[in-house]
Amino acid sequence: MVTPHDAGLAVLELKGIGKEFGAIRALHGVDLRISPGEVVGLMGDNGAGKSTLVKIIAGNFPPSHGEIRFDGRPVHFVRPIDARAVGIEVVYQDLALADNLTAAANVFLGRELKRKLGPFALLDHKAMAARALELFGELRSETRPHDLVRQMSGGQRQAVAIARTRLSNAKLVMMDEPTAAISVRQVEQVLSLIHRLKEQGVAVVLISHRMPDVFAVCDRVVVMRRGEKRADKAIADTSPEEVTSLITGAKEAA
Amino acid sequence: MATPLESPITFSNVGKARWWRSGLFASQTGYVLLALVALFVVMNFASPYFLTEGNLQNVAKNFSFIAIATLGVTFVIITGGIDLSVGSVMCFSAMITSMVMTQISTPGMPGAEWFVHLADDGKTVIANWPGLILLVSVLAGLAVALIVGLVNGFCIAVLGLSPFVTTLGMLSIVRGLGYVVSNGRGSFPSGPEASYFYTLTSGVVLGMPAPFIYLVVLAAAMAVVLHHTSFGRHVFAIGGNEKAAALTGIPVVRVKIEIYVICALAAGLQGIIISGWLGSAPANMATSYELNVIAAAVIGGANLAGGIGGPLGAIVGCVLLEVIRNGLVLAQVNSYWQQTLVGVIIIAAVLVDRLRSRMA
Repeated sequence: MVTPHDAGLAVLELKGIGKEFGAIRALHGVDLRISPGEVVGLMGDNGAGKSTLVKIIAGNFPPSHGEIRFDGRPVHFVRPIDARAVGIEVVYQDLALADNLTAAANVFLGRELKRKLGPFALLDHKAMAARALELFGELRSETRPHDLVRQMSGGQRQAVAIARTRLSNAKLVMMDEPTAAISVRQVEQVLSLIHRLKEQGVAVVLISHRMPDVFAVCDRVVVMRRGEKRADKAIADTSPEEVTSLITGAKEAA
Repeated sequence: MATPLESPITFSNVGKARWWRSGLFASQTGYVLLALVALFVVMNFASPYFLTEGNLQNVAKNFSFIAIATLGVTFVIITGGIDLSVGSVMCFSAMITSMVMTQISTPGMPGAEWFVHLADDGKTVIANWPGLILLVSVLAGLAVALIVGLVNGFCIAVLGLSPFVTTLGMLSIVRGLGYVVSNGRGSFPSGPEASYFYTLTSGVVLGMPAPFIYLVVLAAAMAVVLHHTSFGRHVFAIGGNEKAAALTGIPVVRVKIEIYVICALAAGLQGIIISGWLGSAPANMATSYELNVIAAAVIGGANLAGGIGGPLGAIVGCVLLEVIRNGLVLAQVNSYWQQTLVGVIIIAAVLVDRLRSRMA
């Protein structure tokens, strides 16, 4: 039973989430609660069900079983845009950027700022560039709003993708391997961004294979294996060795 | 909300692109524009007739005859699509316009009583409302283009067929329909308002051919739409990364249908204008024009892979093709060389751009 207190505390609550693709059971009985400002590391080997879980939360497809509550209310996402509407943003591994457009254009893609000119609504380039520069500043990223994404480094691209989630004031940001393809210095920047999101009360789900990153920023780590949640522990109560053995199956559950 | 900046960000490891390495100067459109200017200079020395007012007007008129359709195709190419049906649509729209005009201007034909009546002498046909016949017939021509565009867009965006195959089929379907409705005979605008029609399509305004003025207005509108509206931004985004566009919530299906409709409407308008200049809409009108139109767009810098292109490039491409054609005529070169040269220029323009981006 969900008490009103609990419902107010959790930004996202999953209960008995399961997903079948034909005869394949991709997810089974996953329960998960995430509070505002909490950073949760989601770990597991390839095929463990991380991506399926993230896609269900992001509204790419509905779960076969179970219930999703967001901000205490049950939600049913049909399309990703439904999840975005309530405040769930995803930073995809392939970043989903249009590299023929500028950084500012990408940040505001689909949410362009406009100003009225008679009967027409024209793009407000100045306001978008200024806001984008502000966001890149917060991320401490050396990214110019007017530069084309095509000419950018992996870290700058990451900054653009993350700036996009900041724009919408999302309550839950899920990051798919944000530190997989960028330089050491930029990993530091991304991790500090996650801290900044946390300070502002944004819940973060960090999907990562990089153990040091998870232990550096996460409050909790959730380990998936064979479509089931095998562990859900505070970072302080576990160790990289234990998490590794949970991921590989050397240790069944914790 | 926003975290205050701890210190101003510095750009220590990323230099700012120099002015000549960004914007127009770094684009294929810029190089081709430069080539065009050079060509003008060369032609000026090669032929005393080239820079005469009469010849320049001629050039302006001729390139306007494919440039409006090129603007439309450029929209499609920016999204990474292609429209091969423009030539057929040009012909079909022109044909429908002149057939409707003839039909509703002939007393005794069904529906004609709403538009015309006979004068007291029993022979002269008089329009009931001046301008109405012209308006209705042009709208009829554009309406069939609109339908073709909607079908193209539906097949490509909703059913997920490839743009090449869909519009290749449509090329044949629409050309066939043109032969069906006209019985292969073609048609010509007639009736009391045909003279307005000719004035609007092949007249001269302020010393400039009317089609050229339409072109300038439409190109300016296209520039504003592409660079200053969210629709234009979405068109570029779809061409750059269609999956990303969909993920960010852009209505990809709707935008794609809209650009195929815009393209078909541009082609329809172009066809109607050409028929005014020709004085008729023969059933084989604008055959294979789609290749000229696409060639002009590509020479002007539109990238068939999507994401790059614009009205200036479309016009520059058309002007270049026309100046070369005109120049070869003035230089009395065998006109059969024309097509060969156009092919060489298509490849050269794309090659120069490729070499440049490799060096950068």
